[in-house]
Amino acid sequence: MAKITLNINKKDYPLEADPQMPLLWAIRDLAGLKGTKYGCGVAQCGACVVHLDGEAVRSCVTKVSRAVGKKVVTIEGLSETNSHPVQKAWQEIDVPQCGYCHSGQIMSAAVLLREKPDPTDQDIDDAMAGNICRCGTYLRIRKAIHLAAEMQKKTSQG
Amino acid sequence: MKRYSKNGKGDLFSVKTATILSILVFIMAVGASAFRKDDAPVKEVKWSAADRDSIESVKAFATVYKVLMSPRCMNCHPAGDVPLQGDDSHLHTMAPKRGHDGKGVFAMKCSNCHQETNTPGLHTPPGNPDWHLPPADMKMVFQGKSAHELAKQLVDKKKNGNKDIKKLIEHADDGLVLAGWNPGEGRTLPPVSHAEFKKAWLTWLNKGAYAPKK
Repeated sequence: MAKITLNINKKDYPLEADPQMPLLWAIRDLAGLKGTKYGCGVAQCGACVVHLDGEAVRSCVTKVSRAVGKKVVTIEGLSETNSHPVQKAWQEIDVPQCGYCHSGQIMSAAVLLREKPDPTDQDIDDAMAGNICRCGTYLRIRKAIHLAAEMQKKTSQG
Repeated sequence: MKRYSKNGKGDLFSVKTATILSILVFIMAVGASAFRKDDAPVKEVKWSAADRDSIESVKAFATVYKVLMSPRCMNCHPAGDVPLQGDDSHLHTMAPKRGHDGKGVFAMKCSNCHQETNTPGLHTPPGNPDWHLPPADMKMVFQGKSAHELAKQLVDKKKNGNKDIKKLIEHADDGLVLAGWNPGEGRTLPPVSHAEFKKAWLTWLNKGAYAPKK
């Protein structure tokens, strides 16, 4: 065990943890942020995606030690009022069915829109192929990402 | 009629001198090779006509080719833009794309899953701090290449990442190359050890980097 500090959603969390511990464990069990989900545990499904210095890492296989000194953003910190274009579009389209995978879906989509503000269907497929949804909401996810892109464009224009 | 020697003494003298000289050269060569280590840093590589040996070079490349076409090497040198995966070299699940720098795209970058070290567990993501495919403008494809084609490609600076012979030799100890011999649980190793591979790689290059016949 070691004393470490993680910066999650702009807040420092002093934690006592094994540096080899998965970041997901620290986020959920030590910092108490339950929005990020455990899916497969082996980086296959995308339910646990969080941002690490802006990149969409899979927290189930990312060691706590990798996150030290970096900025972690979870679904709770993506926006202060659930007003990120992706979150708003998700609500507008009513994307989730069971909802379990959608924290990861939204975090991945947010990276896509940051890097490609006006993504094509192919861009969406390329970016989201690692996020699995057992309910099969893929078509609504795609629709919501296009809508989020439009919302983002309007916000930036005006 | 003998032009240079009337009694044969001249011929005998030259034969003796040549024999002694050959023995001396042999002793010096053996002595020098005894102190040479394969992992010694390469300071300068010069090809001379005396070093070239097409038979030895091509023979060594057979081992090199066997390694480079094994899943541990070829899986990250695919013909397409999606890496390969597993001992059967199937397309990587989730179909991550190469991207312009070889490090993936958007939310599907290599380092999103591949950590600095192997993730514990069977068939979990192998790790390396520099995990990536060759970049889009220099794909360095292994998949589908014949031994002739691959040998030619490996020494072509326009296709090998602008590597000269010195850099090619050093590449045998590149971190990602070495990672092939530390693939994580559930993956077979390349067909020979890294030491054997490196020996064959050096022999192939130092003997002239000859390509096998088509």
